[in-house]
Amino acid sequence: MIKMEKVSKWFGDHQVLTDVDLTLKTGEVVVICGPSGSGKSTLIRTINRLEQIQKGRIEVDGQDIYDSQINVNMLRQKIGFVFQQFNLFPHMSVLDNVLFGLVNIQKRGRKDSIEVAKSLLARVGLAEKINAYPGSLSGGQQQRVAIARALAQQPPVMLFDEPTSALDPEMVGEVLQVMKGLAREGMTMVCVTHEMGFAREVSDRVVFMDAGQILESADPETFFTSPQHPRAQRFLSDVHTR
Amino acid sequence: MLDIVREYWLLLLIGQYPNGPLGGLALSLILAILGLAFSLPLSLVIAMGRVSPIRWISFITAQFVRIIRGMPLLMLIFWAYFVVPKLLGSSVSGFTTLVCALVIYQAAYLAEVIRGGIEAIPAGQIEASRSMGASYFMTMRKVVLPQALFNVLPGLTNQFVSTVKETSLGYVISVNELTFSANQVNNLVLTQPLQVFGILAIVYFVVCFSLSRSLRWLDMRVRQARAMA
Repeated sequence: MIKMEKVSKWFGDHQVLTDVDLTLKTGEVVVICGPSGSGKSTLIRTINRLEQIQKGRIEVDGQDIYDSQINVNMLRQKIGFVFQQFNLFPHMSVLDNVLFGLVNIQKRGRKDSIEVAKSLLARVGLAEKINAYPGSLSGGQQQRVAIARALAQQPPVMLFDEPTSALDPEMVGEVLQVMKGLAREGMTMVCVTHEMGFAREVSDRVVFMDAGQILESADPETFFTSPQHPRAQRFLSDVHTR
Repeated sequence: MLDIVREYWLLLLIGQYPNGPLGGLALSLILAILGLAFSLPLSLVIAMGRVSPIRWISFITAQFVRIIRGMPLLMLIFWAYFVVPKLLGSSVSGFTTLVCALVIYQAAYLAEVIRGGIEAIPAGQIEASRSMGASYFMTMRKVVLPQALFNVLPGLTNQFVSTVKETSLGYVISVNELTFSANQVNNLVLTQPLQVFGILAIVYFVVCFSLSRSLRWLDMRVRQARAMA
């Protein structure tokens, strides 16, 4: 579903990604972890071209995303993206946030779209909040709306960029619950997260990054019990003793 | 003062209408409304040009703003009044001249206010919209501008109020708006300029104050509705 080959990226002279290779099959859930500044967020943002790459190749659903034939707006409709800061539209109600892609981008009828949006909001447990504005919701609720919004166009792939890092601790659970549900339903997911419990429970593979490189890629059991790379060992012991 | 109002209120309100051209406060309001109605959309276009990723568009619009901002409105009015008929080869009414000058002048200022609002929208808002597959213009129209215009409402109010007061410059090219009418009244009364121009000041104040109050009311209503208060 996603195939990255020798992806490299520079910000000016500073190389932030070095020869990254990553492949995801349909239905696979990959967690990317690593210290801050390791290039995790940059990596996930290259998959829907929020960041440009200077070298390498990225395929999503069999299409080279840098192919000159490709319409980036069409491509992005097939990739749901969830941000650390939620980025809900504050001038729109919860319902209109979820309707945004359906009505404005896919130009579907508002009436049918409302049904889709309502069922998505019910799925993230916010059916009673459809007329609320983002400003009146908690962080956890906002992030769940953001997930519903990203799901609205039925993308085959979902990308999560530290979806729980901006949340108060007691709200992390409700967001992870929604993500776990998605993973169990067979959604193809790439999650940048520090939630090691989530990684252990639902991911098929954990990828450890540092300094723009993938240092280790293993199934969660192997990664958490016997990490190979010394940097990964150190990272895990730091995370666990916290 | 009340005597003057009682005697000349009709002249101040509508000029010599229906026996002559419409004037007075009515004309001032028409000038202001036309000025706003045309300058707001024009300023939107200029502001979008200012933030455009296409270099020559942002360059041209920036120069337009700089040039207009660098000249007094009165000079712009004179220039339009004397030069435009020469260029067109036919005469242009003072009314049209004034509306054009107001629109061009206000558009430059409004554009800068709006540009500030556009640039203050967090990058995450734009990324959220683009990541769903919305085009640049769709993102502008549905995400950036609705928020930006609302956020700069106090700045827009400022410019709207300015426009109302700047209609008084029509006086110098004999557009018979409120100030022109007040001066006519003053010439008829002869002995009470303080009172006549006092009335003029009160009328302008009431109009401007009501305008800024209603926009503030609008602002507060929207904030409450969007749970921003």
